[in-house]
Amino acid sequence: MGLAEKVATGDRRAAARLISMIEDGDESVRTELADLHCRGGRAHIVGVTGSPGAGKSTLIHKLALEWRRRGRTVGIIAVDPSSPFTGGALLGDRIRMQELSTDRGVFIRSMSSRGNPGGVAKATADAVRVLDALGMDKVIVETVGAGQSEVAVMDVVHTVLVVVVPGLGDDIQAIKAGILEIGDLFVINKADRDGVEAAQRELEMMLELSSEKGPWTPPIVKTVARTGDGIPELVGKIDEHWEMIRREGLLEESERQRCRREVLELLKHKAVLSLLSEYGPDEFDALIHDVARRKLHPHDAVERIMGDKKRKN
Amino acid sequence: MPIRVLVAKPGLDGHDRGAKVVAKALRDAGMEVIYTGLRQTPGQIVEAAIQEDVDIIGLSCLSGAHMALFPRVLELLRERGAGDVLVTGGGIIPLEDVPKLKKAGIAEVFGPGTTSDEIVAFIRKNVKQRT
Ligand SMILES: Nc1nc2c(ncn2[C@@H]2O[C@H](COP(=O)(O)OP(=O)(O)OP(=O)(O)O)[C@@H](O)[C@H]2O)c(=O)[nH]1
Ligand SMILES: [Mg+2]
Repeated sequence: MGLAEKVATGDRRAAARLISMIEDGDESVRTELADLHCRGGRAHIVGVTGSPGAGKSTLIHKLALEWRRRGRTVGIIAVDPSSPFTGGALLGDRIRMQELSTDRGVFIRSMSSRGNPGGVAKATADAVRVLDALGMDKVIVETVGAGQSEVAVMDVVHTVLVVVVPGLGDDIQAIKAGILEIGDLFVINKADRDGVEAAQRELEMMLELSSEKGPWTPPIVKTVARTGDGIPELVGKIDEHWEMIRREGLLEESERQRCRREVLELLKHKAVLSLLSEYGPDEFDALIHDVARRKLHPHDAVERIMGDKKRKN
Repeated sequence: MPIRVLVAKPGLDGHDRGAKVVAKALRDAGMEVIYTGLRQTPGQIVEAAIQEDVDIIGLSCLSGAHMALFPRVLELLRERGAGDVLVTGGGIIPLEDVPKLKKAGIAEVFGPGTTSDEIVAFIRKNVKQRT
């Protein structure tokens, strides 16, 4: 039996192995992944993003417990950055999720970005397919909302939660950069702290400015993840968003958008590899050298690479 | 591909300074370290190891319950068909327990004087390169 088939029977070791091979960029699992993709698509994929320490993992733990109480199975993928110097990573999100670790209706996987923003989004999309095939009703993806790679990861989900905390004015400012637009729900976590009302007003104002009137107005939900306050309401809103997507016929469009982005990303990746494949590293270095010595504009270096490729074909 | 390590603290003692120092050293050596926090049961540790598909589990125990907890982890791993995952022990382990733990299948026991470099070297040497 292949790994994909084993995953479909609920084999958790097979699922874990398959995710490792995805992370390693192992080409031998391509057919397995195709199999999963063609058979999959049941799961509701939920992204959770926000600044470091906003309480994302604690919140996800509580969300998962609530969904379990409502009879849903939950997969969790927690993505953390790797060290740019050593490639190593300390993945600590599970610390906040201990209660879930022996529940067979839950599967938690920590992933490192392995220094490659595009790569982690690609790997996340495939890891989601594995947890979908394993029969998880909800698949939650956690990333720190800091840069491009995180926004890219959020491209693979249906529903994006943006988590902010009160008290830090600059925190709300910080989400302006690209993340405000992708939020389907906004969570003010640590609502046990001062400044909740101010944070709410500021968020409301920013949303007001940016919102296009559609069938969905992003709600703002206040939570205390540590105690579980506000969690049932949040789960209700997330499920509502999922229902709205399907009811309004937006699911097909959302799938198309997600798939278009994924195909384009893959294409970019492969196209670059293929263009460079006939270019030896020395030739490439020589070209870069010429650019660095100001003999060639980067444009012309690219033209040269593309032209050489055409001639050879 | 980076080596994946689960650093776990079974038992009831409430100190993880040492475990955290080791976890950071392994990260700095280029490994992916999954840290699960304090007071883990063997069942939780084994399930986490399976989900995270780790090559090795580093157990640390200061409470004196290692003779019960470490072999239990090995037993559960074998039950789950994951007997190939390497398991090491550390913390406060009396010398006379070391041979017994090794006999039970603990790959190595790191005493209090062990340096991070020694642990890194052991892992690099003993984790089978995946194919
Ligand atoms: N006061 C308060 N503290 C909270 C709340 N939610 C989480 N915390 C605390 O905030 C700290 C960070 O929580 P995490 O869940 O690890 O945050 P995170 O966003 O996942 O952090 P990273 O993954 O490191 O970015 C922990 O000490 C939590 O206990 C809350 O609602 N109120
Ligand atoms: Mg976290």
